[in-house]
Amino acid sequence: MSAATPFALLSNATGLPWTAVPEWPVEDFVRTTAGELSRGARLCAWFGVPEGRALRLVAVLAFDADNALGVARSEPFVDGYPALTPAHTQAHLFEREVWEQHGVVPAGHPWLKPVRRPNEAGNAPANGEFFRVEGSEIHEVAVGPVHAGIIEPGHFRFQCAGEEVLHLEIALGYQHRGIEEALAVGPHRATMAQMETVAGDTTIAHATAHATVMEALAGTEAPLRAQWLRVIALELERLANHTGDIGALAGDVAFLPTQSACGKIRGDYLNLTALLCGNRFGRGLVRPGGCRHDLEASRAHQLAERLAAALADTEQAVAWFWDAASVRARFENVGVVFPQQAAEIGLVGPAARACGLVRDVRYDHPAGWHRFAQAPVAVWPGGDVFARARIRSLEIQRSGALLREQLALPPDGPTREELPPPAPETLAVALVEGWRGEVCHVALTDAAGRFRRYKIVDPSFHNWTGLALALRGTAISDFPICNKSFNLSYCGFDL
Amino acid sequence: MMNPILEMPLRLAVWLLLAPLLPGIVNKVKAWVAGRRGPPVLQLYFDLAKLWRKGVVVSTLASPGFLLGPAVAWVAVVGAALLMPLGPSLAGAGFRGDFLVLIYLLALARFCTAWAAMETGSAFEGMGAAREVSYAVLAEAAIIAAVLSLSVQTGNLSLSTMLAPAAGAGAALLAAGLFVVLLAENCRVPFDDPNTHLELTMIHEVMVLDHSGPPLAAILHGASVKLLLFSVLLVQAVLPIGQFAPWAGAGVLAAGVLGVTIGVGLVESLLARLAFRRVPLLLTTAFLLCLFALLAAWKGGPS
Repeated sequence: MSAATPFALLSNATGLPWTAVPEWPVEDFVRTTAGELSRGARLCAWFGVPEGRALRLVAVLAFDADNALGVARSEPFVDGYPALTPAHTQAHLFEREVWEQHGVVPAGHPWLKPVRRPNEAGNAPANGEFFRVEGSEIHEVAVGPVHAGIIEPGHFRFQCAGEEVLHLEIALGYQHRGIEEALAVGPHRATMAQMETVAGDTTIAHATAHATVMEALAGTEAPLRAQWLRVIALELERLANHTGDIGALAGDVAFLPTQSACGKIRGDYLNLTALLCGNRFGRGLVRPGGCRHDLEASRAHQLAERLAAALADTEQAVAWFWDAASVRARFENVGVVFPQQAAEIGLVGPAARACGLVRDVRYDHPAGWHRFAQAPVAVWPGGDVFARARIRSLEIQRSGALLREQLALPPDGPTREELPPPAPETLAVALVEGWRGEVCHVALTDAAGRFRRYKIVDPSFHNWTGLALALRGTAISDFPICNKSFNLSYCGFDL
Repeated sequence: MMNPILEMPLRLAVWLLLAPLLPGIVNKVKAWVAGRRGPPVLQLYFDLAKLWRKGVVVSTLASPGFLLGPAVAWVAVVGAALLMPLGPSLAGAGFRGDFLVLIYLLALARFCTAWAAMETGSAFEGMGAAREVSYAVLAEAAIIAAVLSLSVQTGNLSLSTMLAPAAGAGAALLAAGLFVVLLAENCRVPFDDPNTHLELTMIHEVMVLDHSGPPLAAILHGASVKLLLFSVLLVQAVLPIGQFAPWAGAGVLAAGVLGVTIGVGLVESLLARLAFRRVPLLLTTAFLLCLFALLAAWKGGPS
């Protein structure tokens, strides 16, 4: 129970003074965090805050059942600390990241290699050591970073016995742009534009998370009408991407009817976002303190009408897909992630809900307009490609229903208010359920109220490991549909 | 019968010039079903012309077999096509057992493609070659059973005689079996997806990833000849082309090939690809269909 936790509790989209965050020696900090994770907490973020030549670790946990977040920090230390990963796999990428950024060694980490940085020779990130399966029957397949389609760069190393994949290791980092570093002593003039392009297909979710963090630091929240607009944009983003994913899945099994229709309908949803704010991806809509565009009644009416038509089209295209036995045969029992694995590696978003885990920030940690308007959480057991596709089609229905309901009930008031300056020495956390899952932004301000540390965790950071697990024992020819069923972001991971 | 001196160049011209039309028709049908305009029917001709003018990039690791493979494969496929009669008016010379030569020429073409694929040492191409030859084992059994059934039914060992009459009792079985073999041999959906960009799921496409310029043109053209070859075989095996007047027979044959091509396009539009582990099941079914056609010809045919 979180009531008894030594962590400092706070709600989503709030902040607390840095001095109010409990601190322990690093060994105790790791032990306490491990204890909370064992009791069902989830690791949302784990990062280092430099303190002179020493380093503090900060852990942000989510107590989903209690609708609360927990924060704690370690006392400053140098060199190393006992790793959390051996006990809790969900920390493994976080600890590699801290090692890469600050040089502190998590003692006992089983697979310590860079997350995104090139090696000393300046070579591409993939030039690390890869896990190898030995044997004369084993062959290794290296895919990427340059792919045959127009997609982002990433390197995939398969260990195969014939057509069966024994192990997949994923090496990313080709699109590392230094977003977190660029935020130091921010926010800057360019910050909002950078937040909108952390992952271009998740513009609204990342922009909302950043705006929410800024509002939490200022001790206020956006006007209700702005919160309402953000939810409408967020759900339109979900509709567009889920529809695109279903079309892409159909394309990967060469099922043309759904592929062709969904490609077109995704454009319809993007155009609805353009109707809302003038940009198909929602750039320039969300700003700290509110929204830059309003949706007056006539356009809201137009949006609702076009939305109804697009939803009907989607329903039809998705029905072709589920009615085709040849499609279902390709998806069932392919790329299975078991619920226990999903919980251990900390999957989030549709990928977690497709393993039967009830995990949705909109429901577990409601903030903004989601406190007043919720869609039922879509959950499906199975953990296979079928379940992940099924979750998407369920969420399309539910997001569509939520949007139609909310478009009819706009709150009155301004869309934007002047934001007070951020409070100094404060830590603020914002979680937003983007279409891929939990987007987490954590900001820590210095004495002047500028960013001392800004941590972004894209849902892809949690979920790439899930893809690697899904491939075990799967035929290598099914990699594309497994990959597409997760559809993770490379640039959101690479930051 | 036509003047043999005129006939050979005419047959060659038909095979070489008309074959690239088929993939264009398939793509047009797919576009039409999807509600798109689609590429022009003559797109493959444009592609071939473009590739022919381009240079060739050859891996430093590859032996001359890398370029020899596509060349030999193209010659073998065109040679096999020349053995195939084109209706009563362009039946060709034919000889006893020419159907076996045809099957072996196709196998030679496959061997050369797989050989050239492995020349660059790419993991993808090795996988593609392994897939191609493992499915070929089953597809070849089906096509041998099909040709044997025609041979048993007509009591003849030459393609021009075997293919002239109607297929008799087993016609429907033969048509179904040969259509499945046609899809498998030409790497169409549900066996392979000619449009995919995903290296890990390809069969035929992945074997030719490293080819460029004129050798790639030869591979693409050879593939279209092979598609035409199987369509012609299917139509002649099922329809009694020999019983028509010479030019009417040619018209029926052309209409039949067009019908088969549209059928391929419709299958590709409406069906998802099979998982690899299910491919042997479908190919075995095709083999059994052809085997039952053989039994029907043996026990029930007019002989």
